[in-house]
Amino acid sequence: MEKRNFKAWLYLLPAIVFLGVFMVYPLIDVFIYSFEEGYNFASQTYFGTGTYNYSYVLRDPYFLQAIKNTFILVIVTVPLSTGLALLISVALSSVKPLRNLYQTVYFLPYVTNTLAVGLVFMILFKKTPYTDGLINLVLNWFGGSSVDFIDGPYWAKMFVLCVYTIWVVMPFKILILTSALASVDQTYYNAARVDGTSKFRIFTRITLPMISPMLFYLIITGFIGAFKAYSDAVALFGTNLNAAEMNTIVGYIYDMLYGDSGGYPSYASAAAVILFVIVLTITCINLLVSKKHVHY
Amino acid sequence: MKIVLQNLTKKFPSRNRKSREDVIAVGDFTFEIPDGMLVGLLGPSGCGKSTTLNLICGLIKPTSGKIFFGDNDVTELPPENRGVGMVFQNYALYPHLTVKQNILFPLQNLKGKDKLSKSEMENRTLEAAHLVQIDELMERKPSELSGGQQQRVAIARALVKMPHVLLLDEPLSNLDARLRLQTREEIRKIQRKTKITTVFVTHDQEEAMSISDIIVVMKDGIVQQIGKPQEVYDSPVNLFVAKFLGTPPINVFHGRVKDNTLYLGDSPVLAAEGVADQEVTVGIRPEGFVLQEKGPLCCKLVQVEVMGRDISIVSTHEAFDGTAVRSIVDAENSLHAAGEYVHFALKPKKVLIFNKETEERIYL
Amino acid sequence: MENQMDYIKIEKSARRHQKIRNIVTYIFLTLWAAIVLFPFYWMVLTSVKSYGSYNAEHVPRLFTLAPTLENYKEAFTAVPLGRYLANTVLFTIATTALMLVVITLAAFAFARLEFRGKNIVFTLFLSLMMIPTELVVITNFTTITSLDMRNTFAGLILPSVTSVFYIYLLKENFEQVPDELYRAAKVDGTSDLKYLCRVLMPICKPTLVTIAILKIIECWNSYVWPRLITDDPSHYLVSNGIQEIRENGFGRENIPAMMAAVVVISVPLIVLFLIFRKKIMAGVSRGGTKG
Repeated sequence: MEKRNFKAWLYLLPAIVFLGVFMVYPLIDVFIYSFEEGYNFASQTYFGTGTYNYSYVLRDPYFLQAIKNTFILVIVTVPLSTGLALLISVALSSVKPLRNLYQTVYFLPYVTNTLAVGLVFMILFKKTPYTDGLINLVLNWFGGSSVDFIDGPYWAKMFVLCVYTIWVVMPFKILILTSALASVDQTYYNAARVDGTSKFRIFTRITLPMISPMLFYLIITGFIGAFKAYSDAVALFGTNLNAAEMNTIVGYIYDMLYGDSGGYPSYASAAAVILFVIVLTITCINLLVSKKHVHY
Repeated sequence: MKIVLQNLTKKFPSRNRKSREDVIAVGDFTFEIPDGMLVGLLGPSGCGKSTTLNLICGLIKPTSGKIFFGDNDVTELPPENRGVGMVFQNYALYPHLTVKQNILFPLQNLKGKDKLSKSEMENRTLEAAHLVQIDELMERKPSELSGGQQQRVAIARALVKMPHVLLLDEPLSNLDARLRLQTREEIRKIQRKTKITTVFVTHDQEEAMSISDIIVVMKDGIVQQIGKPQEVYDSPVNLFVAKFLGTPPINVFHGRVKDNTLYLGDSPVLAAEGVADQEVTVGIRPEGFVLQEKGPLCCKLVQVEVMGRDISIVSTHEAFDGTAVRSIVDAENSLHAAGEYVHFALKPKKVLIFNKETEERIYL
Repeated sequence: MENQMDYIKIEKSARRHQKIRNIVTYIFLTLWAAIVLFPFYWMVLTSVKSYGSYNAEHVPRLFTLAPTLENYKEAFTAVPLGRYLANTVLFTIATTALMLVVITLAAFAFARLEFRGKNIVFTLFLSLMMIPTELVVITNFTTITSLDMRNTFAGLILPSVTSVFYIYLLKENFEQVPDELYRAAKVDGTSDLKYLCRVLMPICKPTLVTIAILKIIECWNSYVWPRLITDDPSHYLVSNGIQEIRENGFGRENIPAMMAAVVVISVPLIVLFLIFRKKIMAGVSRGGTKG
């Protein structure tokens, strides 16, 4: 028995070591960091403990800007992308020819490098001395005037960020929703048809409740994902997000850690803990709401 | 309301890519179901009985042929306009709605002049629930019900909109044996009470025989025989129908008619007046055997199973197509069933003769 | 008879509605497909326009009649794109291979071996799934820095060679293999490790392949950790390379060359996706999320 125990632990050893060093220890450490004041990165010393890091971060205008940006991003993209994905999935499930082709195309953004395709979006939206860019061209057709979406006004930049974020998250949502729709037993629809149920009523009274667990799963992961937005913004506006007023909470954490503005792991830790608390709270609220509305 | 099926045919494109030929699910089905009857569509799986039901319901459209409800041609009509109620094999109860909401659901779909007031809906719902005796279950979710209860809810939901036609797709196949007996009695009772023309599909011949006014036996999309259960059992038109009906199944022998006499192996067993000399296939119902000391059919005894009122005798015979001849005789005769051999006489009515090639019945 | 007329009317309007609905649906689906595909088209298009003709277009043209591969040459010579690609391939293969070893061993222990405290350890593992990377990345950064492993492959690879989720996925799969096989192997005197390699892994190969592909996608696209841990371009991965190209490469205006680099970076994964389309989509819908 002793020998078998020993062998099992041997199999687990690599996983435990890696998880211990890179997950568990850092998890504890980040909370400690966040309370150590005046941490010096070079000498690894600090001169006191307290909540100063938190109050500094919460007063930092860059952090407040990041919070604002992140919340706007979350509030705009989560409902829009989920709704749009639902619409597309329903449309996709109602047709037969070409369905596979559409599905393949829709999934493409999932397997592309966020940074790389972000560059393409930047070019499409950017206004330079040479050219107004394709999107502005379209805008001009419809009688609008050109806007620099990349270095221009705040709302324009936020608009591009939202568009790109939605473009990036759609594949996952469409995939999940189409498979959820496909798993609804066809006889429910037959039964409803025999009973003369209108298409709209079938959708609201049967389809939606049936896929509601998946829908809520998507909303919850959508919230979490959007709160962690970062590389999309980098892809569009470059690494200096603070200057572009487009920083996100995660971006703020990394900026505090590294680069020209870096070297403050304590502030980064405090910001990370704040982010964690926000995400946790939102997720709990989501779960509570979903308990009330999910029928299983 | 009577239902008329006229040359009803449904073909599906073949799934096998090599053959371009369509699969015929239902072929040239013509039949008139009189008003208020309970009709059982019976056949092995894949015989087209469910397709027929879906055609009547309108969930699929026929390739050719027509369907009439009363005098109206409903062939091209979508299911919601046909006024049919349907009970699905897995019941298709909406899992997120309570029993009451499930029964209410079809009523809430009614529009225009058919629209009901709240209290009317309530009354109709209670009525339907009462009919199938689920009054106390109204606030439960389907997952909290037993299979039999779910079945009743499904029937109530189908009946609540007062359909002209009730369709049941394998209504009993998801229930355990005891519940099946009980539920089929109830379906029969409810149908008698409501007098709705009802069509149900089953692969269980006992089930079909026990409750149907008329049964339709199908095979490979083609109707084999239509008639009252007892008629079809007593007088099947071909070997397939004979084999499909009855438990234990009919015993099939290789036989031969010579000089107006039927031979099994070398022994002449029965007179066969007016049948030309030929090789034949012979079906003998288990209850067609009578133990008789000097009986013409001599079988090698394998075992005797006592079943109370009857005994079942398992034996072998050289002309038998299969492993063991199974016969059922009165328990009183069990004394004769000892020793190495048993001798049987045959009841002429229970012996059916079929053409060896076409498997069509040869009438005596 | 009047009834019959009604029926015909109902039937006709039902058919018309169905047709209109179909057309609208297809238009909508095609529109979204166009939105998804357009950036890809634009990046390929721009990458084959010559530098001169691109900058001469005040109004961007939707096609080009004089495609050139000049930009691709530029992308591989003016910036170390080949180096970035080689780094990424090395990083991806090493990380995926190491991870497969680690998670297979762990999943086997959880699925097949009996030991004291198994349930507790497994629950602890599962609870780690909830930990967001953002929370642990800070300490990992300082750990790697203090170990003097910045700008090394070890520093890049080590933190991402375990995944609790994949251990969980694999364990579930291992458990589906009937016990009898394990007992039979024991009767024949097969060692655990041999059983794992000769029986379990071949049977569960589909899941292992799916996990490997998903991990490859994740590695190829990873940006944050490599950015933190490397500041020497000789260790850049493609994501960082692209960012570097964007900020310091070709000169900010040489967009066609930039797009050529983007195409080169995107193509491997797209090819991988087209080959393993079904596996990838099934794997992702079983619980992958982006990032």
